[in-house]
Amino acid sequence: MSAILQVRDLQVSYYTDLGRATALNRVNLDLQAGEKLGLVGESGSGKSTMALAMMRMIKAPGRIESGSVDVDGVDLMSLSEEEMRLARLSRIAYIPQGAMNSLNPVMRIGAQMVDAIRAHVPNMSKDAMITRAKDSLESVDLKRNVFDMYAHELSGGMKQRVCIAIGILLKPKVIIADEPTSALDVVTQRQVMETIDRVQKEIGTAVILIGHDMGLMAQFVDKVAVMYAGRLTEVSTVRDMFGAPMHPYAQALIKSLPNLKNKGVFSGIPGLAPSLLRIPTGCAFHPRCMQAMEGCKTIVPEVKDHSGRLVACHLYTEGA
Amino acid sequence: MRIRLILRRISFLIMVIWAASTITFFIPRLSDRNPIRERFAELARTGGFSASDLETIVASYNKKFGLDKPLLEQYTDYIGSIAQLDLGVSLNRFPKTVLEIVMESLPWTIALLFVSSILSFIIGNLLGAIAAWPKSPSWMRSIATPFVLFMGVPPVLLAIFLLFLLAFKLKLFPLGQAYSTGIAPDWTISFLLNVMWHQMLPAISLILGSVGGWVLSMRGMGVTIQGEDYVNFAEHKGLQGGVIFRDYYLRNAMLPQVTGFALALGSIITSGAVVEGLYALPGLGSKLSQAISSNDFLVIYGIVLFITMSVATLMVLVEFLYPLLDPRIKTD
Amino acid sequence: MTTLTSPYAPPIQPSRWKLIRGYLRRNKSLLAGLLILLFLILFTLTGLFIVEPKHAFPLSVRTKQPPGLLDFGIENWPGKLPLGSDFFGRDMYAAMVRGMWQTALIGVLSGAAGTLIGVVLGFTSAYFGGLFDTIIKGICQILTPIPVFMIQIIIASSLDKRDVTIFTMAGIVVMLAWMAPTLVIRSQVLSMKERQFVSVAKLSGVGNGGIIFGEIMPNLLPFIAAAFVSQVFNGVFSSFYLAIVGLGPLREPLLGNIIWAAQSQGAFFNGWWWWPILPAFAMVLILSSLALINMGMDELANPRIRKTE
Repeated sequence: MSAILQVRDLQVSYYTDLGRATALNRVNLDLQAGEKLGLVGESGSGKSTMALAMMRMIKAPGRIESGSVDVDGVDLMSLSEEEMRLARLSRIAYIPQGAMNSLNPVMRIGAQMVDAIRAHVPNMSKDAMITRAKDSLESVDLKRNVFDMYAHELSGGMKQRVCIAIGILLKPKVIIADEPTSALDVVTQRQVMETIDRVQKEIGTAVILIGHDMGLMAQFVDKVAVMYAGRLTEVSTVRDMFGAPMHPYAQALIKSLPNLKNKGVFSGIPGLAPSLLRIPTGCAFHPRCMQAMEGCKTIVPEVKDHSGRLVACHLYTEGA
Repeated sequence: MRIRLILRRISFLIMVIWAASTITFFIPRLSDRNPIRERFAELARTGGFSASDLETIVASYNKKFGLDKPLLEQYTDYIGSIAQLDLGVSLNRFPKTVLEIVMESLPWTIALLFVSSILSFIIGNLLGAIAAWPKSPSWMRSIATPFVLFMGVPPVLLAIFLLFLLAFKLKLFPLGQAYSTGIAPDWTISFLLNVMWHQMLPAISLILGSVGGWVLSMRGMGVTIQGEDYVNFAEHKGLQGGVIFRDYYLRNAMLPQVTGFALALGSIITSGAVVEGLYALPGLGSKLSQAISSNDFLVIYGIVLFITMSVATLMVLVEFLYPLLDPRIKTD
Repeated sequence: MTTLTSPYAPPIQPSRWKLIRGYLRRNKSLLAGLLILLFLILFTLTGLFIVEPKHAFPLSVRTKQPPGLLDFGIENWPGKLPLGSDFFGRDMYAAMVRGMWQTALIGVLSGAAGTLIGVVLGFTSAYFGGLFDTIIKGICQILTPIPVFMIQIIIASSLDKRDVTIFTMAGIVVMLAWMAPTLVIRSQVLSMKERQFVSVAKLSGVGNGGIIFGEIMPNLLPFIAAAFVSQVFNGVFSSFYLAIVGLGPLREPLLGNIIWAAQSQGAFFNGWWWWPILPAFAMVLILSSLALINMGMDELANPRIRKTE
């Protein structure tokens, strides 16, 4: 089965006055059609950079150094600017992090949906565009009259739904949702996630869900990918990840989740996330790793397949 | 809800006009001399007008600033006449009323200021928006720079240099006046062209002198707006660059600029008046400086009051326009 | 942007002069403004030593002489007026020197007075709040739509023109110029009042005086300095406008007065172009230097602007 999304060797750097910061370091990722992947990691681990890189929306002083992003057999990195513009939303859509401010305050919601359709299918009739937009609103559990409303007349959850409705307007192959619930209350978070889940099933796209909240994510995704310092450390199914995480960093992340057994005990991960300007040599996690070995300080661990789970750690490689 | 807002703005407007009238009433009386009385003495000495004319003026003068009544009564009379738009009579051009003088010069001022301030607002904001937009080509961005350099220079100084360069040295434009001497004002094309030719330099100086301010404030606003989430999301949606620029970036960055325009009305009219005076155009500004140099006090006070009232009224009108541009205003 | 020294570099404290130089190199508008200002000060100061003071007044030299500086024949030189003379027989050089000196005086006087009033009113209004704050805010609100220049015209025209001196000019300007600095200082104090260092000082028993002069004032200084520069600009600008419509001190060769006189004698029609052009050029230099310094000060007082450039 060929993957709908194939990320190969994707590398992004930011050029600052203090030197070059590698925000994304040779990342590989495959996603099957209709698959849901959760992308987790601490702040600054490169999750959002990865999303922006896949959309080719990295802005100066950042730069995509190398790599390819194949969506349905087309390498986005080889497209011209105009082709890439057309690919956004129609091949790969992005649902933004700050949904609170992601809608233009002076345009009606409908106008912001219609202009998106028109930008890709200019010769569609006006009526068809309006119907398409209203259908889309309905499919995310919004009333059709939201079409005529302004952003300030909507609640936070409704605005987030509008963003989802915009994301699915052109039935893209891949949807990236960047912390879609970060500013919402717990009940609304759940409803929004359920909406994403249902819409995803309806149109059968692959979804990458970026977020901090491992608990919320566990209920909605098939696979979890853990990032650390711009690299993928482990990609496993939800069951494997939460049952028996392999990478020491993933283990620490899972252990730090609150549950009823360790009530009142707060276990964080010792140490600080490394600055992207000074990523430790070898395995980036080794200064904070309890199980670090001599080799971890010098040799970068490759991502290896361990019966369907992808792990980048010397603990599981022979002879390291 | 809407009606209460309108009523509040209108009562604010009345307060402003009342404050301006009060200032024009009391300030002349605060100085220990009475300029109007002195003026009369002077006119009577030189015999500027006949005794009967003098009596009529004194009567209207007494009605306006009459010293025989108690101060409070004078004040209420004065406010009452302002409310009826009675601004008094000219001392030098009796029996012309101040309102008549205002009305005959107003069209000239409106034509000049309307055209120049709107053009400057549009050019300045467009250039500023382009200068702040990261995707604009660098040659387009650099157009704005020379205008910013003119920013600290008041239009009247630009007017002097333009007069020197374009009118005095190169003789491309006339040295002043509203139309060439010797032709009679009528509605023919050639007369209108003649008027436009005379209005060019004043208009250019007013535009050059104010474009830089708009460029700078718009550039500042643009830097803020282009970082907004909705502009980013618009790009994620795959919109064309032009659509993002127009509907997402420009429309939002313009909103505070409209308020800025309302606030700038006072200085627009001020610099307009001074430039008019310099070019000897027949507008309010020239009438004002003529009145100043000939000590025609009621005309000075009348024109000042009229300008103040117009600025305040225009400001409130712009505020009423604002909800049309920003849908968020309606609800609060 | 701030320069960050590497933690491994030896801690050399650069000299004060070096720091100022480094800062000016980055803050180009401040540098340019200060350079123009320096030139203007030098022009005025040397002028005050060279020129015969009474040549700044009518009937002191031959009338309507074009600027001698344009005349390159050496043999003509002795006795030539470097900047020419006007219709009334004033030496333009002497008049300009005196006019600039007086413009500077008006600017500094009205700037200082306006800033002082602004700081006192803004401070009291924001720090103590209550009725006083409401009144100040209300007055500022009502006066905002009234064009200041118009009111200044009323004041100036109510005075006897023979009595008008540059001090009355400064007074007229200040009377209506205190609103802007008052509002700036008021909003700054309001936001500082909420900040932590003030609450900490209050909780540790520091009195009002201690908080005002020990905690808030030092943080307010950059804003006061910026307000001062914009007040000076405002004073120069307003007095220039008053003078150019003929409301200046008629006997003094204030720059605006010279232009007004030139224009009412039809200087361009008669070919005496240097008469209005020279003071206009000086005024452009004065106002642009102040505007540039003002922009530079803004950057100093408001670090957020620094980042966007």
